[in-house]
Amino acid sequence: MIDQTKPILEVKDLKQYFPISRKFTVKAVDGISFDIMPGETYGLVGESGSGKSTTGRAIIRLYEPTAGKIIFEGQDISGKMSNEAIKTLRTKMAMIFQDPMACLNPRKKVLDIVAQGLDIHHSYDSIEERNEKVYKMLETVGLSREHANRYPNQFSGGQRQRIGIARALIMNPDLVIADEAISALDVSIQAQVVNLMKKMQKETGAAYLFIAHDLSMVKYISNRIGVLHLGHLVEAGTSEEIFNNPLHPYTKSLLSAIPHPNPRVEKTRKSYTYDYKTSGLNYEEGTPHKVSETHYVLGTDADFERFMAEAGKGF
Amino acid sequence: MAEREKVLEIRDLSISFRTEGAKVNAIRGVDLDLYRGETIAIVGESGSGKSVTTKAIMGILAKNGTIDSGTINYTWTDPDGSKHTKDIVKMTEKEIQSEIRGRKIAMVFQDPLTSLNPTMTIGKQVMEPMMYHYGTSKEEAYKKAVELLSEVGITDPEARMKNYPHQLSGGMRQRVVIAIALSCDPYLLICDEPTTALDVTIQAKILELIRDLQKKKDLSVIYITHDLGVVAKVADYVNVMYAGKIIEKGTIDEIFYDPRHPYTWGLLSAMPDLDTDDDELYTIPGSPPNLTKKVQGDAFAPRNAYALNIDLRLEPPMFDVPGSSSHKVASWLMDPRAPKVEMPESLRNRIQKMVKEGVAK
Amino acid sequence: MDNTKFLPDDFELVGDKQNINIDEVLPSRPMWQDILGRFKENKGAVIGVILIIIITLLAIIVPLVSRWNYAEMNTSIANRVPSGEHWFGTDYLGRDLWVRTWQGTRYSLIIAVVAVIIDIVVGMTYGLVSGYFGGMVDAIMQRIQEIINSIPTLVVLIILLTVMKPSLKTVIIALIFTEWIPMSRITRAQVLKVKEEEYVLAARTLGAGNIFILFKEILPNIFGQLIIMSMMTIPNAIFYEAYLAFIGLGLTKPLASLGTLINDGFRLFQVYPHAMLIPAAVMAILMLSFNLFGDGLRDALDPTMKEG
Repeated sequence: MIDQTKPILEVKDLKQYFPISRKFTVKAVDGISFDIMPGETYGLVGESGSGKSTTGRAIIRLYEPTAGKIIFEGQDISGKMSNEAIKTLRTKMAMIFQDPMACLNPRKKVLDIVAQGLDIHHSYDSIEERNEKVYKMLETVGLSREHANRYPNQFSGGQRQRIGIARALIMNPDLVIADEAISALDVSIQAQVVNLMKKMQKETGAAYLFIAHDLSMVKYISNRIGVLHLGHLVEAGTSEEIFNNPLHPYTKSLLSAIPHPNPRVEKTRKSYTYDYKTSGLNYEEGTPHKVSETHYVLGTDADFERFMAEAGKGF
Repeated sequence: MAEREKVLEIRDLSISFRTEGAKVNAIRGVDLDLYRGETIAIVGESGSGKSVTTKAIMGILAKNGTIDSGTINYTWTDPDGSKHTKDIVKMTEKEIQSEIRGRKIAMVFQDPLTSLNPTMTIGKQVMEPMMYHYGTSKEEAYKKAVELLSEVGITDPEARMKNYPHQLSGGMRQRVVIAIALSCDPYLLICDEPTTALDVTIQAKILELIRDLQKKKDLSVIYITHDLGVVAKVADYVNVMYAGKIIEKGTIDEIFYDPRHPYTWGLLSAMPDLDTDDDELYTIPGSPPNLTKKVQGDAFAPRNAYALNIDLRLEPPMFDVPGSSSHKVASWLMDPRAPKVEMPESLRNRIQKMVKEGVAK
Repeated sequence: MDNTKFLPDDFELVGDKQNINIDEVLPSRPMWQDILGRFKENKGAVIGVILIIIITLLAIIVPLVSRWNYAEMNTSIANRVPSGEHWFGTDYLGRDLWVRTWQGTRYSLIIAVVAVIIDIVVGMTYGLVSGYFGGMVDAIMQRIQEIINSIPTLVVLIILLTVMKPSLKTVIIALIFTEWIPMSRITRAQVLKVKEEEYVLAARTLGAGNIFILFKEILPNIFGQLIIMSMMTIPNAIFYEAYLAFIGLGLTKPLASLGTLINDGFRLFQVYPHAMLIPAAVMAILMLSFNLFGDGLRDALDPTMKEG
């Protein structure tokens, strides 16, 4: 059904601006391009305000993109969409949200929360069929059918996040956007949720856009990683390339900030500081430079030479 | 080691909350010791009672919370050299307000935005505690505030004094919060998840700042966190809390390189390090227990893959780990009659690697 | 620890025998039980409800079963003080005040119900639409509302008086004109808050339409707030009717509302205080009861008030 050799999602020069007043516009996302292959996990990292969540929301069209193209399963879903494009977008792309407390409607039963996608798209013939689908989904995420008739306030944070995953996956999407899906959870619960997401990916073959600021988790789950800063994709590559051969100074500062659970190392380590204002870089002028087939870094020609020299590679 | 000066001694602290329908036993017999100039970390999941413990120290328990038993002895030395010890549990609200809170013990909260007053300038907020607690004159308070702000790494402090909180970035705000906490020269600083709301790049900076200030001012610090990376960076001693009890305590090396409690194993393994490429992360199954029910036996037993029969019946006491004066574990696995249980293979490998890395540095 | 008795199998591993993957769900009461529990804890609110029920029953039953009629005049027994025959006495035309008071309460309660209906139909709808669609729609609707709100109530009343006769209809129209504005504001504010919640976004990512989102996602979460708000407007509406009666815009004689009764009694207040004090007391108790009830409802429904 899906062509495995073609990207499932292509983002081309996406811009998302928010006008604050007549004179002032926030450029949350300022021209980023990347693509996601079927079944792969693409990690999007960056600090708050880097535009990573905005990117996710623009792709699933919670916002109206200012400029650029988003192609999903061969259909243009930027700008005005055809009915067919809307249908594809709403059934084949799903989102997992950040806040386990806020992402479930407190006045609805778990059964109805998970069945929401089915209800909206009338994808069942009888109520029994609908409920049966929900029960099966709940069991897949590690809950039992007895939980279906309860309200969200009766669940713990990790359980709620699993309900959110069940809601996202019940339509069998081809692309799941996980927007900081584990950031609000305790460490031990984070691992549970990540395991669940990996297991579901194996079973359904869905691609993930994994948005997070926790780099060790991103490294663990992602095939490829894009590093966002101030609305620009400053570096992109496979997770090995990003972690073993970071070129951009912002990527380096992010990597050096990862806390290691090893006291003897951590006690003496100093993190690397990067400040855009004093770095002499200008993201607007930079263009993506190719390091390898999969590894790109943003910068002007001069910047790129410097990055390469600092990485000890040179030309 | 030079003689350590005890600052805080908590014994058998139990706290419960009344909610509709039920009584929640949030803290069940906690012992804690803190010495001058040292840092302890209290690690646990949300709901484990780590925040409640420190709120009790500050005397800011929620209205429906009561201290059922226990003592919180706080010791300080006055400028004239005389030593005093007081039980915070027995102090009145008024005494705590004028003596302890903000003055001898200060707190840094998780979210810098909500812990600053949005309608007051930064300068005023740093100056106010000094003027309130010590009656410092305005000019002197101003001078000291500028000094403090530059100490916490804020550039151009005089200009920043006139700013309002919303004009600063998250990291800057947390620095201001730290400056306020330090304004009355406290002996003890409690940091409740001080970096959770901040970006990774700023997290590290804030932790480094607190560490430097601690050395400079000889502070004792309590960290409350669920992030073992933070613990590794800052703590001298670690207390692992689960369901309102401390289940393992020891020096940072003991907890990270020689963990004994299955829960600690779970916590350490759940965090992938950069070399983890296992197919599945090791996790602690299930969810934390509900403390409205009376705990029968070991609260961790239902989630414990290494549970013993006795765990379901009797609560384990604190066992001393042989060969250490500081390492203690509340698990029946430590009993000589218990079968020998080893930590998971993957965790042992990881610890071996960590030890090697540590030596290499 | 020394007197602990150990069993022979105490130190056997059972971890692999128990099913550690079963998820225990926190047992907690259903939401409505929680709400009811909290409501019952509030003594004032319970008293308020009981009083409202008693007053409502009296207002329904008394005019039906009493041997006096509310409009029946008998000047020979004018201005009697309360007695065994006329429990609340009679007024200046010799009408029985016991019947008239409860007949009047009927009208006050009808006005209360109308006020709630106006609140919900006009105010809530206006607020929902304005808050949910936002942008241009919101800007225009807000300006319209501001214009209506800026006309003083008294001016509206005087205009009404010139074109209409005092009657229940007049009162209702006056209510329609002004009563919905606070409600629409509250609704709009609530919608603005809730519509950015993640569960609403989640519904949108699944392709939910506006109607679905408004009625299934947003409304159930703000309805409690709105009910509280409309309960709070009831005392206002009752008082408003009394005020209209006082300036001569209320019900026509011989119809009675609590407002007109107070107005009538006021004229002879110094000689026969009971004629005004009794209906005034009933009205005060009714307003107080609704206030207590609304307060209790807010505490019970509003989860933000809940600690922990």
